[in-house]
Amino acid sequence: MSNNYETIYADDRWSPLFGKLSWDVIPFHEPILIATFLAVIIGGIALVAFITHKKAWGYLWTEWLTSIDHKKIGIMYMVLGLVMMIRGFADALLMRAHQSMTSSGGEGFLTPHHYDQIFTAHGVIMIFFVAMPFVTGLMNYVTPLQIGARDVAFPFLNNFSFWMTVGGAILVNVSLFIGEFGQTGWLAYPPLSGIQFSPSVGVDYYIWALQVAGIGTTLSGINLLVTIVKMRAPGMTYMKLPVFTWTSLATNALIVASFPVLTAVLALLTLDRYLGTHFFTNDLGGNAMLYINLIWIWGHPEVYILILPLFGVFSEVVATHCRKQIFGYDSMVYAIVVIMILSYVVWLHHFFTMGSGAGVNAFFGITTMIISIPTGAKIFNWLFTMYKGRITYELPMMWTIAFIITFVIGGMTGVLLAVPPADFVLHNSLFLIAHFHNVIIGGVVFGVFAGINFWFPKAFGYRLDSFWGKVSFWGWVIGFYVAFMPLYVLGLMGVTRRLSQFPDTTLSGYFNTAAIGSVFITIGIIAFFIQLYVSYQTRDELRDDNGDTWNGDGRTLEWSTSSPPPQYNFAFTPRVHTFDTWWDMKKHGYQRPTDGFNAIHMPKNTGAGIIIAMLCTIMGFALVWQIWWLSALSFVTVIIASIIHTFNYDRDYYIPVEEVDAIETKRTEQLAKGGIA
Amino acid sequence: MGIKLLSIKNKFVAKCLLLTSTLALSGCDDWVVMSPFGDIAKQEAFLINASTVLMLVIVVPVLLMTVWFAWKYRASNKDATYEPGWHHSATLETVIWTTPLIIILVLSGLTYVATHRLDPYLPISRISEDKPLPDNVDTLVIEVVALDWKWLFIYPEYNIATVNEIAAPIDRPIQFKITSGSVMNSFYIPALAGQIYAMSGMETKMHAVINEKGVFDGFSANYSGHGFSQMHFKFHGVNDEGFDSWVSKVRSLDNQTLNHQGYLKLEEKTTGHPVTYFSTVGDNLYHDILNRCVDANTVCMDKQMHLDKHRAKNAVKHKE
Repeated sequence: MSNNYETIYADDRWSPLFGKLSWDVIPFHEPILIATFLAVIIGGIALVAFITHKKAWGYLWTEWLTSIDHKKIGIMYMVLGLVMMIRGFADALLMRAHQSMTSSGGEGFLTPHHYDQIFTAHGVIMIFFVAMPFVTGLMNYVTPLQIGARDVAFPFLNNFSFWMTVGGAILVNVSLFIGEFGQTGWLAYPPLSGIQFSPSVGVDYYIWALQVAGIGTTLSGINLLVTIVKMRAPGMTYMKLPVFTWTSLATNALIVASFPVLTAVLALLTLDRYLGTHFFTNDLGGNAMLYINLIWIWGHPEVYILILPLFGVFSEVVATHCRKQIFGYDSMVYAIVVIMILSYVVWLHHFFTMGSGAGVNAFFGITTMIISIPTGAKIFNWLFTMYKGRITYELPMMWTIAFIITFVIGGMTGVLLAVPPADFVLHNSLFLIAHFHNVIIGGVVFGVFAGINFWFPKAFGYRLDSFWGKVSFWGWVIGFYVAFMPLYVLGLMGVTRRLSQFPDTTLSGYFNTAAIGSVFITIGIIAFFIQLYVSYQTRDELRDDNGDTWNGDGRTLEWSTSSPPPQYNFAFTPRVHTFDTWWDMKKHGYQRPTDGFNAIHMPKNTGAGIIIAMLCTIMGFALVWQIWWLSALSFVTVIIASIIHTFNYDRDYYIPVEEVDAIETKRTEQLAKGGIA
Repeated sequence: MGIKLLSIKNKFVAKCLLLTSTLALSGCDDWVVMSPFGDIAKQEAFLINASTVLMLVIVVPVLLMTVWFAWKYRASNKDATYEPGWHHSATLETVIWTTPLIIILVLSGLTYVATHRLDPYLPISRISEDKPLPDNVDTLVIEVVALDWKWLFIYPEYNIATVNEIAAPIDRPIQFKITSGSVMNSFYIPALAGQIYAMSGMETKMHAVINEKGVFDGFSANYSGHGFSQMHFKFHGVNDEGFDSWVSKVRSLDNQTLNHQGYLKLEEKTTGHPVTYFSTVGDNLYHDILNRCVDANTVCMDKQMHLDKHRAKNAVKHKE
């Protein structure tokens, strides 16, 4: 085994038919990969057999894969996030196990070649294919419901965006078994990621996976932005938007303005690697600092793209479970907007150590600290929403309390890292690793679980089991602290990130503790899947007939619909008079209309999204392996398929009034059964 | 005024600050970042403590309030007041925004001053807290080159070079000139001072001083490829005699010259490269590494830029 991959990938073998592809690139020499591959194949066959046995292919195709219903797309995003979380977390476990072994002087079980791919893949997967799908999924599902819309502005585009994200995820996973992934760290800094130092296909997989998924993200950002700007229910002015929708608006504005930068910088890296240009190379005028600046001009807003929607989730959860209007709505909104704007002027804090002058470093350090002011204000707003409230400790609220405590600690270490001279000693250390896991797990992951527990009943019509939910909660919370607090200490002891071997064996206690923490998180993840299973099994007991799931405490429009909502969301477009519309409607004795329905105009499902996105994925694969004929062919087919799609005039239909009437009558009966008139 | 804040004229305040933060970051005797051996790193550690204490002023109350509110306003506690309509208070919102604002104002002031004071490009202004800089200061220059996956150190004053080991006399200011012959790395000796990137074709600088004798760890703090984990070296803080004998050891032990040819061989990828001494160094080696022209067939970057500048000037003239 040893170093043969160096020769396999580095040589110039290329054939017109298969490009750089050959049998040698399948990693037969890595037993871990072969075992994983077999498991995936067996699992895949089992899944296919199951679907075939249930004769569910047609159902899957017409009801899900080609669906342009924002609710179904939202759910599919969440499924993608969960599946990829297993992959990303498996990488985390491998790293924890390996570091635990090597820190006590052992050899470990991973070669640098394998280990370096794992930490690169872990970062890429967790950010692009776990956190992003979760966030996009929540926004996709909830935002149109909160603004009283029947779907997003561009329903087909929504489906296409989702499948592009899947396409990127497929490329990352293919790299596990055909060839290899990048060994550069998750942002692929040149010159290491350039062709001279990374001649193999690893970085190419990275580039094309992110390009394909990035197009999806940009389009989905445009889509949701337009949806919020143009499709709000009559009367819903900007200062009457639910807080989650506000965060969603800010996030999608950030996506639209920042993802093109990522696309551009990766395109420049592609030119360097494929055509021999010198944007970021060591020689001939290239300058890697340009790449590092550009990628963080995207990368820092990306951090807020991830966290802002979860701030929205917590705002909804706190208000609902405290049975109290959110404290300081106006300052909440201003805080969101200030964070959104400031997130563009802090990027340099990711590389204070690159040798900028003191003036530049101080400027970016101080702008970074300023962000903590609106963030602090938001924390206080949540606290004062709890103050004089009636707090019910349902799962979403538990996640929220855990978030506030954890995020405050993570925020503090973040501000510490914003002090440039402090960053000089802590940069790239395990302290930094602990910090961003503190805010990403404590903020994004806790928020996603709060959101899932909060809106699952809306999406599926039954609540999630609370016992297994609590097991999952404690697994995650305890696991986070046990896994990452030792990393803070290791950082203060001067241990840097991305090491696979350690000269100093006195540190093993800390690494072993961190490994135990990852076991707790494993329990948290397994318990979550058990929670889903148990809830499905006992769904009749957990049934939500009302639609206003949380003791009738719902405040925003999604709680006025049935659980799950009908495909058209609202039979009549609601009129909005105030903030917290649904709470206000209930207070004023709202009567649900039971007749006088109209036929409803809806968009029609189409297979164009999945087909074009999969063609793009094939093109990405062909470009990775430099199979030029296939790249050209798939590119031409993408264009042709897109043109054909524009001639598809069969795009919409009316849900006949009888059907609307039937659905709404059923809803009336359901409400009666639930004891509500 | 701001400078005073850092130089801590008021010893009592300084001790209180340190005591509190030591409690916060308890048991940090073997935490090298928090108890380092060089004056620059010590000031950086103090800054971590001071900022932490400052932030705890707001973080601790927030954490306490969270637990308190979460407990007091639980639904089962019917004694607690419940005001579902209460959602605004001008006073409270002013406090909410101004409290973090004040903390951040103070912290920004601290940051501004500290960033300028601890700018790695600035020559150091004192030997240690109670030792001012002597008048006829004699700075030791060390040229640092990051390679795959080892560190090359050149001492121009002594015309010697080493791989993966450096030494410096205690209390003598050091100037590091840092570049890379390969990908980007970060040059970091936690006991001595904060890190700075090593980048090819560019030079970063760092000034520091070591105050105590000892052998300290140095390494690359920026992932640079498969041999990255083994890319560490030892930094020896020694007294003047110790330094002289170290220099003569380098000169005598291995009577070898590091010339351009030798560098091109050294540049090849190696993992866990042994400590190596070079008793003499070829002329202009560091300059040529920095300007990417060790190979005689390449044009030095500085020369190329010079040529380009003239060409551009001439082109403009020609147009006119």
